[in-house]
Amino acid sequence: MKVERLHRKNNLGLAGWIRGGRYGLERYAYTLHRITGLGILLYFLLHIFATSSRIWGPEFWEKTMDLFEKPVFKFGEYLVFVAFAYHALNGIRLFITELGFGMGKPQRPVIPYKNAVRRQRPLLIVAMIIAFVLIVFGGLDFYLLGN
Amino acid sequence: MNENNSTKNTTTVIFEILRYNPETGEKPKMQEYNVQVYKGMTVLDGLNWIKENLDPSLVWRSSCRMGVCGSCGMFINGYPRLACNNQILKISNKKLQIKPLPNFDIIRDLVPDLEGFFQKHKSVKPYLIRKDIQEQNLPTGEYFQSPDELTNYIQFAYCIKCGLCLSACPTVATDERFTGPQALAQAWRYNSDSRDEGSDERIKAVHDEIGASRCHFAGACSDVCPKGVDPSFAIQLLKQDFFLKTLKLRKDEKETHVIPTAKKYVPNPKIPEAPKPTVKK
Repeated sequence: MKVERLHRKNNLGLAGWIRGGRYGLERYAYTLHRITGLGILLYFLLHIFATSSRIWGPEFWEKTMDLFEKPVFKFGEYLVFVAFAYHALNGIRLFITELGFGMGKPQRPVIPYKNAVRRQRPLLIVAMIIAFVLIVFGGLDFYLLGN
Repeated sequence: MNENNSTKNTTTVIFEILRYNPETGEKPKMQEYNVQVYKGMTVLDGLNWIKENLDPSLVWRSSCRMGVCGSCGMFINGYPRLACNNQILKISNKKLQIKPLPNFDIIRDLVPDLEGFFQKHKSVKPYLIRKDIQEQNLPTGEYFQSPDELTNYIQFAYCIKCGLCLSACPTVATDERFTGPQALAQAWRYNSDSRDEGSDERIKAVHDEIGASRCHFAGACSDVCPKGVDPSFAIQLLKQDFFLKTLKLRKDEKETHVIPTAKKYVPNPKIPEAPKPTVKK
């Protein structure tokens, strides 16, 4: 006998990325890593479009270049830098951990349980400190020291 | 309810529970119950009390009430937990919101549909695979394993298949096909077992496009695991093993041998004989 299924779908979808509230830091890092990755991809497409605009003649090229001088775009460029700094540093951490290093060895599960996510957390913190320093110095370079 | 409990100090906690009945065709809605909670009362005790005293139509799944069977996984105050393993007053002394585990279909009220979850578990071949099937079926002795080799995998063998890790996983939230932390951790549990010889057979199920490489180490599965299994660690070790073996940087494990059982009992002459029993039958 075939039973008709009336189950209700209950997948969290994108909300599952965002609602990282009660879990560890790494779940935030995961979401941010994806968002910055998509942001960098978007920038890449815009960049291809902007540099290829030269084929429509020098005037069009000049116009686009003038457009990108506006503060909004400059801030956008800075955001791309922030995304890059975060994505690169967190990426290095993921390189190390996803290849199984920096997390110790399997242990017998004794209460209170300790997991590998906690054991690799110093890596995350160091990576984030370096990213923060890069972002601050990048900001100084963008707005104060540049030009 | 036990009469002794009524003499204890109690607090009123509001249980806000998701109700869904597929037969009526209504959308899921939240229903509130007031429960008198005493110190040490678990969420499962609260649900039992509601079913006995307030609403017999409430449905959930539970069995052992001591964190062993893994049936009562629920989404309690925004976090996947076992209902039997968590005391109400340690979570909240005002309001408790209970929903079925997310990322699983709802069958009714708090009952998630775990069928796909068990399918995924089966897909990674979670059992010992030996090349010598004759020996495995008709064993002549035990396979040798040292305590260190046991420590390598015993953590991952504690899995009770409650499904909390899948409902915490952000990758499962957007991609249902992902094999998931539980199944991949079980794949590593058998791959890292020194008696197992089936890691080549598991490669297809474990290292495809929806397998271990879809894990990006959000670590939520290890946080919620009630048995300290640490699935995210197992998946990273699975990836490491695959990477090192593909580059031929890691040698294949040594094969375990069968310890032949003693054929005839030979008493040790240094050990004196046991005294004769003083009680006669």
